[in-house]
Amino acid sequence: MGIEANVPANSLLLSSRAKRGICSSPSSREAADSSSLALLGMTRIFFKRGTQLILLTLVVLTLLGAGDESARVNDLGHRMMCVCGCNQILLECNHVGCAYSERMRSELIAAVDRGDNDDLTLQGFVQKYGTTVMAAPTKTGFNRVAWIMPYLVLVLGLAMVTLIVRAWRSRPLVLPAGAVAAVHGAELEHFRDQARKDTEI
Amino acid sequence: MSQIGSFALLLALALCAYSFLAGLLALVIKGPGAGRLGETARRAGIASFAIVFLAAVVLVVAAFQNDFSIAYIFHHSNRDLPAPYKFATLWSGQEGSLLFWALLLSAYGLVLRLRYKTDVRLFAYASVIIAAVQVFFLLLLNFAANPFGVMQGSLPADGNGLNPLLQYPEMVIHPPMLYLGYVGFTVPFAFALAALIMRYPGEKWIQITRRWTMVTWGFLTCGVFLGAHWAYSVLGWGGYWGWDPVENASLMPWLTGTAFLHSVMMQEKRGMLKTWNMWLIFSTFMLSIFGTFLTRSGVVSSVHAFAQSSIGDWFVAFLAIIFATCLFFYVKNRSHLRTEHKLESLISRESSFLFNNLLLLVACFTVLWGTLFPVLSEWVQGTKVTVGPPFFNRVNVPVALLLLLLTAVGPLLAWRRTSVESLKRNFLWPAIGALLTGVLLVALGMKPWEDVSYFYSLMTIMLSVLVALTVISEFVRGGRVIGRHTGQNLFASMVQLAHRNTRRYGGYIVHFGVIVIMIGFAGSVFNQDKEQEMGFGDKMTIGPYTLVCQSYTQDDNPNYGSEWAVMNVFKGGKQIATLNPERRFYKASQQTSTMVANRSTPQEDLYVVYEGQNLDTGKPIIKVHLNPLVMWIWIGVWIIIAGTVVALIPNAAPVRVPAPARMRAEPVGAGD
Repeated sequence: MGIEANVPANSLLLSSRAKRGICSSPSSREAADSSSLALLGMTRIFFKRGTQLILLTLVVLTLLGAGDESARVNDLGHRMMCVCGCNQILLECNHVGCAYSERMRSELIAAVDRGDNDDLTLQGFVQKYGTTVMAAPTKTGFNRVAWIMPYLVLVLGLAMVTLIVRAWRSRPLVLPAGAVAAVHGAELEHFRDQARKDTEI
Repeated sequence: MSQIGSFALLLALALCAYSFLAGLLALVIKGPGAGRLGETARRAGIASFAIVFLAAVVLVVAAFQNDFSIAYIFHHSNRDLPAPYKFATLWSGQEGSLLFWALLLSAYGLVLRLRYKTDVRLFAYASVIIAAVQVFFLLLLNFAANPFGVMQGSLPADGNGLNPLLQYPEMVIHPPMLYLGYVGFTVPFAFALAALIMRYPGEKWIQITRRWTMVTWGFLTCGVFLGAHWAYSVLGWGGYWGWDPVENASLMPWLTGTAFLHSVMMQEKRGMLKTWNMWLIFSTFMLSIFGTFLTRSGVVSSVHAFAQSSIGDWFVAFLAIIFATCLFFYVKNRSHLRTEHKLESLISRESSFLFNNLLLLVACFTVLWGTLFPVLSEWVQGTKVTVGPPFFNRVNVPVALLLLLLTAVGPLLAWRRTSVESLKRNFLWPAIGALLTGVLLVALGMKPWEDVSYFYSLMTIMLSVLVALTVISEFVRGGRVIGRHTGQNLFASMVQLAHRNTRRYGGYIVHFGVIVIMIGFAGSVFNQDKEQEMGFGDKMTIGPYTLVCQSYTQDDNPNYGSEWAVMNVFKGGKQIATLNPERRFYKASQQTSTMVANRSTPQEDLYVVYEGQNLDTGKPIIKVHLNPLVMWIWIGVWIIIAGTVVALIPNAAPVRVPAPARMRAEPVGAGD
């Protein structure tokens, strides 16, 4: 409801500002009747509108984030671990009488109710419970290596496979001793045709 | 009892040591005595099975007789433990599970040594390698983790009992399946190393080990998914896979084993990837041992790891020896592994296998990396970090999607080269089907632009449809060709088609099972849960279901006391089920455990957990999860098992069809 109420107001604000911007440009055109100035004016208008649109988007996104508190609790609660030693995600810990998960969930809800942003909330938990409370490595310092390595291996692997394929394609055929002599030309094409039929059905 | 068991273990060690040394000597020396010596080594290996079996029987009998003079029985059993779980005591603890490992290894060794006539020399080498692995496990059992250690001081009246989490029917079969998988990879490893050492000519050793590898892979698949089902049914957190180090340990050899099953076809058909396959099977075996090391060394924390102990050092030493041995013989005989053919085209079955292997190995590396990163982080920056589900899901899901795409495209590619026209012709309709599925899902309300998980879910379903349609089209096209020649209906023709090339079509059935599982995984994005204190008559609504608390009941038996709720479930105003979520208190171990009540349908699971009581209000706390499509995962596993069994059936003899024209008698179902 909050979002719905705010969007029209912001739209009005945008349109009135845009109108002012458009009104100012004809006067500029009258003062200097050159195409370059007109272009400059157009650029300014686009820049202003662009800025306004970005600001509006940011406002809407902020309101969206602040509006759905249970979704935030759910998201943040799945980014942290219960620290009782059960190795479970905070919101999934179901240990009867767990000394930690209940308290941690209450603290999480309180932080979201206070309006703390995600970073502040998570930082608070790290300070209180240590770095192991985060369910995945942060993207800072050495922890970045955790995230980079799998992709690096994938890229290196792709490069390696490409090199292997190139090397194989240019490699001369090695035939075992006593093997049948290689065939060429039309005969080879015939065998290839046959093999294709054999394997493709 | 303990003396018989300890003596059996010592005797088994002596027999395996003899089997190893005498077998090795027989392979090295020349002369008439070598054959006789080799035969004694083989027989010693066979005898070791009987002796290890005796040791295992002694431990199980001790559990049934409540012989608490044996420390292992005291720690893992009690008088009121039901019989099936007393049997499961054998693999419930560190020492017993190692004995079980040794038993399975000796059983695999027994089969191998009995079938030695297939290829006497190759089997002799393989037997020696298996004997070496047996020696390691028996050394461990005799000197580091003896299951027959006796209790000090006065005899206790009762045991500590079995961990409540293990008192579940699946735990009686999950560990044996998993171990059959882990241990089974010793056999292809032994054959591969044997072939490398003796510079075995040709690819016959691969044909010999193919069944071993497939059976082992099938067991490991069952073991992994039984573990997932156990976690889902017992742990009560609503999920089946938590990326726990022990789960990861079982996944890694499965991934490399899967890669091997694919790439080995390139060696069989085209004489390519020989070095790669050799190291793939070496890695699979080493990862099996590494998984055991992870579980038992305490190097990473895990919910279901065994107690921390010093046997981790033994495993590190063993892994180092295996690696050094493999590397030595590889360097010595690598010229034997030269590729016989060259790659003719990028659009070919060969290159699809290469990329398939790359993706499987990247997935394996990610799992290994994520599992070990906490240790690395502590070592480098002095602080331990957690690497949990958010990391593994984010990195592995895109890799899995690429694998699904390859699963769809791969079977459509021919060996050597495929024309673009042929690819277009075969791929067009499955691709249109997948796109239509995507459009339909979006029209039905799926919003992939709202969250990346929705996007992944949509992609998973679309690619699964793509794979399903390519598999179906392969069956239908092949079936039609046979039908034209034999006059059979389409279904009978497809059965005959599969029987003519069981490996290929069994593989397609396995692929079909995989996509059914993937669709099950995709459903997890839409999971819901709700927690509420529920007194008599209280209601809770989740999705289309309304749960009404009917009553609470308590019960008691010698093993545990329990309390459970009677919950009536309504849908559309009509009662459709009564569920009984339960919480147990095990007397011997003084631990609680949940028994989830689950109403499973193909559409969704209504998963109800009795979490405990609020001490302030006295009201029980009920947590309900609504998990879509979970049943698909278990159905998919059954399909994979069926596909594996089909792939193990020997091919039917090709039917000679009279050819009306010169080129109409092409063999159907040939090739992989």
